[in-house]
Amino acid sequence: MDEKNRAGPASTVAGIDVGGTFTDLILIDAASGGRVRLAKTPTTGANQAEGVVDALAQTGFPVEAIDLIVHGTTTTTNAVLERRLARTGMITTRGFRDIIELGRRTRPQPYGMTGRFEPVIARDLRLEVGERMTAAGTVHTPLDEDELRAAVVRLRDRGCEALVIHFLHAYANPRHELRAAEIAAELWPNDHITMAHALLSEAREFERGVTAAVNAAVQPILQRYVERLRRDLRGKGYKREFLVMNGNGGMISAGLVAREAAKTVMSGPASGVMAAAYTARRAGFGDIVTYDMGGTSTDVAMVRASRPAVSNEIEIEYAMPIHVPMVDVRTVGAGGGSIARVNNAGLLEVGPESAGALPGPICYGRGGTRPTVSDANLLLGRLNAQKLLAVDGAADLDTIGDVFARTLGAPLGLDATGAAGAVLRIGNLRMAGAIRMVSIAKGHDPRDFSLFAFGGAGPLHACALARELGIPRVIVPARPGITNALGCVVADLRHDFVRTLNRPLADLDMAAVQAILNEQAGEGRDLIAREAVRPERIEIVHSADMQFVGQTHLLNVALPGPAVERATLQALFEKAYFARFKVKLPEIRANLVNLNTSVIGIRPELDLSTLIDPAGRADTLAGAQAATRPVWFAGDWLDTPVYAREQLPLEARIDGPAILEQMDATTVLEPGDRAVSDGDGNLIITAAKA
Amino acid sequence: MAELDPITLTVIQAALQQVCDEMDLAFSRAAFSPVIAEANDRSDGIYAADDGALIAQGVGGLPVFVGVMEYSTRTLIEMIADGRCLPPEPGDIYIVNDPYLGGTHLMDVRFARPVWRDGKIFCWLSNTGHWPDIGGSVPGGFSASATAVEQEGLRLPPVKLFKRGELDPEIHAIIASNIRVADQRIGDIKAQAAALMVGEERLCALLDRYGDDTVLAAIAELRRRAAEQMRARIADIADGVYRATAHVDSDGVVDRPLTIALAVEKTGDRLVFDFAGSSPPCAGPMNSVLATTLSSIYLAMRHIFPDVPLSAGAFEPLEIRRPEGTFLDAHYPRPVSGCAAEVSQRIAEAVFAALVQALPEHVTAAPAGSSGNFALGGHDPARGRDYVMYQISGGGYGGNSDHDGLSNGCSTIGISKSPPIEVMEQAYPILYRHYALREGSGGAGRQRGGFGLAYEVELLRGEARASFVMDHGRFGPQGVLGGADGGVNTVTVWRDGIAHVPQHLSKEQDIALKPGDRVSVGTPGGGGYGNPRERDPALVRRDVALGYYTEAEAMEKFGVTADLLADDEA
Repeated sequence: MDEKNRAGPASTVAGIDVGGTFTDLILIDAASGGRVRLAKTPTTGANQAEGVVDALAQTGFPVEAIDLIVHGTTTTTNAVLERRLARTGMITTRGFRDIIELGRRTRPQPYGMTGRFEPVIARDLRLEVGERMTAAGTVHTPLDEDELRAAVVRLRDRGCEALVIHFLHAYANPRHELRAAEIAAELWPNDHITMAHALLSEAREFERGVTAAVNAAVQPILQRYVERLRRDLRGKGYKREFLVMNGNGGMISAGLVAREAAKTVMSGPASGVMAAAYTARRAGFGDIVTYDMGGTSTDVAMVRASRPAVSNEIEIEYAMPIHVPMVDVRTVGAGGGSIARVNNAGLLEVGPESAGALPGPICYGRGGTRPTVSDANLLLGRLNAQKLLAVDGAADLDTIGDVFARTLGAPLGLDATGAAGAVLRIGNLRMAGAIRMVSIAKGHDPRDFSLFAFGGAGPLHACALARELGIPRVIVPARPGITNALGCVVADLRHDFVRTLNRPLADLDMAAVQAILNEQAGEGRDLIAREAVRPERIEIVHSADMQFVGQTHLLNVALPGPAVERATLQALFEKAYFARFKVKLPEIRANLVNLNTSVIGIRPELDLSTLIDPAGRADTLAGAQAATRPVWFAGDWLDTPVYAREQLPLEARIDGPAILEQMDATTVLEPGDRAVSDGDGNLIITAAKA
Repeated sequence: MAELDPITLTVIQAALQQVCDEMDLAFSRAAFSPVIAEANDRSDGIYAADDGALIAQGVGGLPVFVGVMEYSTRTLIEMIADGRCLPPEPGDIYIVNDPYLGGTHLMDVRFARPVWRDGKIFCWLSNTGHWPDIGGSVPGGFSASATAVEQEGLRLPPVKLFKRGELDPEIHAIIASNIRVADQRIGDIKAQAAALMVGEERLCALLDRYGDDTVLAAIAELRRRAAEQMRARIADIADGVYRATAHVDSDGVVDRPLTIALAVEKTGDRLVFDFAGSSPPCAGPMNSVLATTLSSIYLAMRHIFPDVPLSAGAFEPLEIRRPEGTFLDAHYPRPVSGCAAEVSQRIAEAVFAALVQALPEHVTAAPAGSSGNFALGGHDPARGRDYVMYQISGGGYGGNSDHDGLSNGCSTIGISKSPPIEVMEQAYPILYRHYALREGSGGAGRQRGGFGLAYEVELLRGEARASFVMDHGRFGPQGVLGGADGGVNTVTVWRDGIAHVPQHLSKEQDIALKPGDRVSVGTPGGGGYGNPRERDPALVRRDVALGYYTEAEAMEKFGVTADLLADDEA
């Protein structure tokens, strides 16, 4: 990258996140002392680039004056989940083409012997060639190059746009995959060739194969999208390279992103977690559980010491593992659209069925007829009926009340209000349980955490959930609805490396460990040197995935540096193990499975204090009060003050019950909850005890 | 005591479920044995203080344990009451694996710990974990030819492994001296006990919040309602008697099929299960103990109605006549190692085959229904050590009213993943020659069965012995409503280039192998659902294009013509 074209630390940055419904933009203008501009436009389905350009136009800021655009996209996520994939071929070791179709002998759910599964690449586009490596990485059968050529040509002639080379044990010796890719490159019309070992260099042929298949199948789609957006941005005067968010929470140049396209699959949720970690750190909180509730699902992640947990083992849907380092965001199948019903035992159930975006909750007026969590919020006065029901064709409160009374109230012996209250109570309980399973229950004390609530519906439920979870504090950021876009702006450059060793600690060559860690760090520095943006400094984080010999689960242990002593490593592991499982096992030896290095190009600190324009602040809390309306809390209708979030005075103290409204989110304080607004516009809420 | 409104009831139900799910999570995460940690071959639950009735159980627990722990807890309570077992003190944990005292096979080791409130037992927490070895004549415990339980391993009556919170070193020493790879079991023991502690902590928090009496009342009411829910489901079935049979290839010792004859009689809101006419107890290890037989019916019903919660109430409307005098109610000292892995799946198959007649929308054709145990034990000269390797594998699922069966699905009674072949090759002196979808094995039907798995393993170094405990070698998984049976399980051992097929087809023990010898296995395909001739021709064409069936097979099995297959309109 030409040095003069690299954006320096102090610059005007735009973060743009394309979500399922809206494209959100946040622009921080360095020249005007960090003034913030926001935009929100509908996501354009067929070509997301249009929505991006619309959002830029909406800011009124001259596009050519923007130093850096960072983009979060759902292009690859949607391609995978909706199976709109590029036609892709796969070449495997003879005898093993069915690996990605057979999986690991599973079924989608513990009970019920039904379910479907479609492999990413259909069987007739998976061909086999003679070659075989052993587990030790020695050649058992040489690569049959003629057969390989014939297979490449056959897949090319059958219209494949991308190609995967997936050979057994290529992580141990990649020679055959490298040679095969070299030959394929001579015959293939483009550079969409994925070598499975290059993306994920560890044993487990199904997971590695699916990861590679997903990468190849979304590569042409991401490439086309990036090119189109680049053209459109150039047309508007933006001459630099833009960056794209990766699932690991870092960003990467648009020109490099397609090579490892699979890494963008979780980019939206990862971006939100990065923003949450950043915002919470500035507010003084390092340990958080992030909680992003939307219409059909809720994303949850753990952040410790301001660092989001990263996992190499995310499964984005049944039998669809994508094993590249990604922010460990877990999706819980509950949201505002979760449907409530009374089962044939006379008990209320909320979810797992969802009304989704279509037909959606009754209150959306898109044909939904079954009661949902969002409808309950509306009936109970938590959501502003005037605002929400302004939509054309929306159902009125009476209609919704009738549905609750008839379908839920009658069998439960409750009126419509009582039924709606019950839906919230059970919905929150189920959601809290699911959140516990993916976060706190993995050996953490909830009292050490804060619940960071964002997304359209997160702040509505956060206080009740925190109570249920035993988490003492809730943080609602200034702009809950644009957290993902904010993540684009605050994210760092990041490259992650994993090397599998899988050896007992006692047998390790510690000099080799040091060499591997240094090599990983060097590779990361080189990549960052090629990026379109210059970081303030580079941070290198080393860790080891360890276990006791005989175990299968891994525990990630942070390393002080590349030169680590065997005894230190043993001690660090034992300490981490005890902290997690409260078990000491002096009888058993430790095993080192992976060495990891993250190379992070730290971007300059951003001032978030203008996310809510300070000029709009009222002098007193009373000055920010917009209305009073009756809201139902635990059995009673209480006259509840409604505040305009943007007008809250600095360090305002608000005691629940209270409702805080802003453009795209509503925060509910229940009786006993106490909130303070801080300098960045966050609400720091102390949740009343259960 | 607070009035028990339906909302409080739901809250308590969810909270009890959560306690169990967190016990499951804690057990798996801290466990050593891959069978537990990776394959989730474990289960955790809450049981009533007076009779051990199931209150709640983790949804991620192994299905075959669904009813078993209820019987083992009940037996323990009875043994304490009549003095055959020492009474518990706070902090005690009992260990038991006796199959005849409410168990499965010896490898499934149960822990039980009472929860104390105000000096009295409020309920029991119990869990089961499948230990990778429990002693006995073959590593891993799956002997295909044992004729008495003593040959299958160490049998523990209920004894206190933890006394007042401390592991009893003497009992631990006895166990460690009788099992293989004992040094790693201490990790599993601590994980299994820790899961019960997690459960106690979470349960007590729940009791403190809602009050012991309220929770007890809720448990009783939830039980009543679960029974109602199951009755409502049963009421939809037309009155009548639904009969089915299923066969186990052989018991591993006497080469003769074992028959499960099942009649399910539906009257009103009850189902009566009668196994009269089933084979008598057998000489080899394919006997089932009563608890496993009952559990197999429960798990089959849960597969049919996945929305009915796991609780003793759900089982109340199911009247199961004790199958005395058959191999489904074995007594000491009958060998039982095959009961959890294979016989249980044949029982479930019989339940499916009977009830698909009444509930064609809810029940599938027969799934492969075998755990596919292949064990290889030998000496690796390159590493100078002995090893025992297990390969478990899946098979095709049955077609159903809506779609084709899954390929290579997990066993009916399990939820465990099979190990990656790269990991197997790292650990053992073997090389897979292929690991592929078994073409042609899915039973033909309007919705066809899923496909089984075909794999071949070559021994690279040293001598070894191969053992198999599989099933469906003689009879393929049943097709229903006009569908064809799935392909049968096949085992071929190539020694010096000469093929050897086990006499019992799917079971044999200690076949000696030398380097270069190979083991070739084909697992069963799922049964077909509905008349194959009614299958959408476009789907048949697709199956041929993908290589699932040859053209000739497609014509024969689905009655399509060559012209139709050539037609590329679709």
